[in-house]
Amino acid sequence: MRSIYLNVAILFMLVACSDSEGGFGNGSLGADGYQGSGFGQDDVTSSTFFKESIGDHVLFKVDEYTLNEAAKTALNVQANWLIDNPGFVIIIEGHADERGTREYNLALGFRRAQSVQEYLVARGVSGLRLKTRSYGKERPVEICSVERCYGKNRRAVTILASGSS
Amino acid sequence: MKRLFSFSFLVFSFLAGAALTQDGPLKIEITDGVIEPLSFAVPVFEAENPAAREIASEISSIVVADLTSSGLFREIPKNRFIAQRKTFEEPVRFPDWRAVNAQALVTAAVKTNGSGQLTVKFRIFDIFSGVQLGKGTQLSGSTGAARRMAHQVADQVYKRITGEGAYFDSRIVFVSESGPKDKRLKRLAIMDSDGEKMKFLTGNDNIVLAPRISSDGKKVLYTSWETGFPQIYLLDVETGRRKRVNTPGNDVAFSPRFSPDNKRIVFSYERRGNIDIYLMELSSLRSARLTSSPFIDTAPSFSPDGRKIVFESDRSGAQQLYTLPVSGGTPKRISFGNGRYGTPVWSPRGDLIAFTKQSNGRFGIGVMRIDGTEERLLSASFLDEGPTWSPNGRVIMFSRQTRGPSGAPSIYSVDITGRNLRPLNLRAPASDPSWGPVLP
Repeated sequence: MRSIYLNVAILFMLVACSDSEGGFGNGSLGADGYQGSGFGQDDVTSSTFFKESIGDHVLFKVDEYTLNEAAKTALNVQANWLIDNPGFVIIIEGHADERGTREYNLALGFRRAQSVQEYLVARGVSGLRLKTRSYGKERPVEICSVERCYGKNRRAVTILASGSS
Repeated sequence: MKRLFSFSFLVFSFLAGAALTQDGPLKIEITDGVIEPLSFAVPVFEAENPAAREIASEISSIVVADLTSSGLFREIPKNRFIAQRKTFEEPVRFPDWRAVNAQALVTAAVKTNGSGQLTVKFRIFDIFSGVQLGKGTQLSGSTGAARRMAHQVADQVYKRITGEGAYFDSRIVFVSESGPKDKRLKRLAIMDSDGEKMKFLTGNDNIVLAPRISSDGKKVLYTSWETGFPQIYLLDVETGRRKRVNTPGNDVAFSPRFSPDNKRIVFSYERRGNIDIYLMELSSLRSARLTSSPFIDTAPSFSPDGRKIVFESDRSGAQQLYTLPVSGGTPKRISFGNGRYGTPVWSPRGDLIAFTKQSNGRFGIGVMRIDGTEERLLSASFLDEGPTWSPNGRVIMFSRQTRGPSGAPSIYSVDITGRNLRPLNLRAPASDPSWGPVLP
């Protein structure tokens, strides 16, 4: 998993080079889903890079808080980056879709955040850097009332803040 | 069965009232399981001085609106009146009111004086029996209290005729919402039971949720993200001052509710992703853990005698309702129907538990007896949740949210028979109502 992260980083550097030399403009990494110009200027140790290139969130099925394979893969990449960048404290934020009662969804958000926290710790991130919180169904990223949006709202987001652990 | 029981209760109480005065036939028609609302007439309240005319008219409109909103009363339009009453003291011409099918008549006179004092005198008549019900009543206060006095008149009429407790002269704490769904601003607010006299209690800097008013109406418990994490706050309604409640370890806690004597609170406490229910004495901050399952235990609510709580837990695999003695013991599951049950609230009468039920992709409000039997759904929509009881245990309010990107919540009320589902007339989106006591 560590090698995947490195490969991604190397790819970005390559794109950055081609941008500055050949003026190719908006480079696209296709399969990885990362696109846009100017990544090369980004500091790979920045929280912006973490959010946009490493990926800051994982998704859950309806009323579930266990991590599926896709979520674990994403968290492996997150964990490696977090270990390499120890200057951040981390809040894992759990969320739910609107199809649940308020208190239950708040509780479910905590469970989702806890699943992520436990997984990151198991992958070697120091538990002292980690906190969890839940917003329940109060802060959706998508506002439509169909599964396309609900699926994106059932999430746990890894939020970084500067500070020593 | 429950419906019939309620109906006969209403009939009995009215007949009992009538029997005390005379033996005339007073009829409440029950057709297809629906109560025929009792017809009443309210001539515009007499103004005893010219300056009182406007306030007299306003008070009589509020009395009519309150009684009509209960679904148990139907107003006889004033343009059908035969009797033209000139003064409060003139005798009631019962045949004139019988002719327009009024079963009850409310007459009143309103007086103001130069120093802002307001007096309201009123009488209630049983038209078919041709008698006054009880004695005349006089209320006085400042002109600023006109709306409250109107609610008190409506409460007296309601109590006298239904035999049930009052509820119009009460207030409701709720969450006033604004802004788009993904950046919603939420503020605590308070309003009269009819949605009027709304006043904000907090700013909108933080998300606030699920306010719960104390049984004396003076304090509100709620959950706020003021520190960045959900924690419990206690707010004084009068002064607007708030303070954080120091729950164990100063950790994350939510879903608080007062005990009936307001000395203790129950709430959910989160630790390492596990959510359990705790009990805490407010004066000493001494707390006790009431549940210790590795599941979600939340939304606790006290029984009116303070001895038990009802709460929701997913320990069976999905949200269900459980009761538990506050002194400890094993939770007893009471909900067994198809679907999920959450947000239980014990009725102030002690006989029913209201809840949110999720089944077949819809959310509805329901009630069941405290042992879980006789479950009945009172509403269903895309998203109904969070019931709260009227002080007399007869009406339930809840939040209803509409679907889609512009979806917004509003507050609805419904009679415990399932009749008279209606939205409160509010100017802005509102959610999470918590109904306070009848004001002293």
